[in-house]
Amino acid sequence: MALATRTDRRPSFARTVWDSSVGKKTVMAVSGLIMLLYLVVHMLGNLKIFFGAAEFDGYAHWLRTLGEPFLHHEWALWIVRVVLVVAVVAHAVAAYQLSRRDIKARPSKYVHKKARTSYATRTMRWGGIILALFIVWHVLDLTTGTVHPDFQAGHPYQNVIDTFSTWYGNVIYIVAVLAVGLHVRHGFWSAAQTLGAGSRTRDRALKITANALALVLTVGFVSVPVAVMTGVVS
Amino acid sequence: MKLTLRVWRQKNADADGAMSTYEVDGISPDMSFLEMLDTLNEELILKGEDPVAFDHDCREGICGACSLVINGDAHGPERTTTCQLHMRSFRDGDTIDVEPWRAAAFPVVKDLVVDRSAFDRIIQAGGYITAPTGAAPEAHATPVPKPDADFAFEHAECIGCGACVAACPNGSAMLFTSSKVNHLNVLPQGAPERETRVLDMVAQMDEEGFGGCTLAGECATACPKGIPLMSITGMNKEWLRATRKAGKR
Ligand code: HEM
Ligand code: SF4
Ligand code: FES
Repeated sequence: MALATRTDRRPSFARTVWDSSVGKKTVMAVSGLIMLLYLVVHMLGNLKIFFGAAEFDGYAHWLRTLGEPFLHHEWALWIVRVVLVVAVVAHAVAAYQLSRRDIKARPSKYVHKKARTSYATRTMRWGGIILALFIVWHVLDLTTGTVHPDFQAGHPYQNVIDTFSTWYGNVIYIVAVLAVGLHVRHGFWSAAQTLGAGSRTRDRALKITANALALVLTVGFVSVPVAVMTGVVS
Repeated sequence: MKLTLRVWRQKNADADGAMSTYEVDGISPDMSFLEMLDTLNEELILKGEDPVAFDHDCREGICGACSLVINGDAHGPERTTTCQLHMRSFRDGDTIDVEPWRAAAFPVVKDLVVDRSAFDRIIQAGGYITAPTGAAPEAHATPVPKPDADFAFEHAECIGCGACVAACPNGSAMLFTSSKVNHLNVLPQGAPERETRVLDMVAQMDEEGFGGCTLAGECATACPKGIPLMSITGMNKEWLRATRKAGKR
């Protein structure tokens, strides 16, 4: 009788990744970094508002013609949108499932309470919920215009000014941007550890990069509502 | 020294527990924390009460049996094991809270004793090497580069006490598991099981109901053996490598 030579049949790659706490964290890290890359580009694009309506609206129009004639009108934009939706959903589902697991693993608290550094973990979770709600509002406000009174398709400059002329528009946006800053500050460094890219010699550089990214994103995004509020952009 | 102790008392795994208050007097600053508890237990026994159950064995910081959360810190205020913690770290008249490790995967057996056999099962899943038994092999037959030997030794220092799990807000066993994975995976003796080791140990860790890592860093702060947080980064790297390789087979 011949012996079976393959004794270690393992589940598929996708199964292994999604079923493991380490693998699911990898999904969070990769989707998080995709969103982070998008946010940097998005922030830089937003700064065009400082060069006037024609340039800003022209940039928005160019985004729709990007990749033509190889790609059909708006296809490049749709590809980005699909990638982002997949990233947001994967990130949020993994965050929810991992958080549930973490809370279940620690059912009873210590009687003697300490000011614990679960600070970062808690701000990541609350910050994530704020970001999820913000993303929905932001799309309905400035992409589809569903919750935007007098929305004008093709005139993003005017729409942005409208949003930042209301107190609630400013409050929602600025809170979300601060949440992004905090999230990126811990998230970028975390992702490096999750992907096994951190090391003792690289730690300082990673932390500095995380702080710099968080700061540049926060200042860049916040500059737009501040400029509208102060009348620099009108 | 005269101290007030608030100690977690729990009859058995199914009973509800609560903190009980005791006064102890005549404690010398040179006593270890466990000797102080011995003093309390002697008094309790003389009074005909049930002594406080706690785990201990070597009492010299090498076995990993002792396990107390003291004033909210695993192994107390110094970076050492509870058996190597001395009463000079406290002041006369202090009130000290003593609790068991808390994690779903470490159920309380009685008072301050928890069941840590989940760690044994993680080791069984891959914390070994395959070696022929018999006479000791020639030591120079398998050369190990010095930096690798140092790296392996740093991780081999883990005594499996579980303070990392107790300190982690997610009850995660990542630091323990990563110290074992890194220890064996860097050595030539551990090479044949390099991939299966990390995959199986991580899978067992999840199966036992430990939480995941959110890089809060509490584990490395609590670890009496100074296993670094970066150890977890190293295990993540090994896990991703093994998953990629397993996917190709
Ligand atoms: C849908 C909204 C979001 C939710 C619910 C969410 C939630 C979370 C949570 C709970 C974590 C884990 C934190 C930890 O392990 O301590 C995390 C990590 C992370 N998030 Fe988000 N987040 C969201 C949006 C974003 C966005 C917009 C970005 C882009 C900058 C981002 C980037 C990251 C990164 C890079 C990590 C680190 C992954 C890792 O630890 O390996 N997240 N997120
Ligand atoms: S990693 Fe440190 S705290 Fe965790 S079990 Fe090993 S020695 Fe104890
Ligand atoms: S009793 Fe052995 S390490 Fe404390």
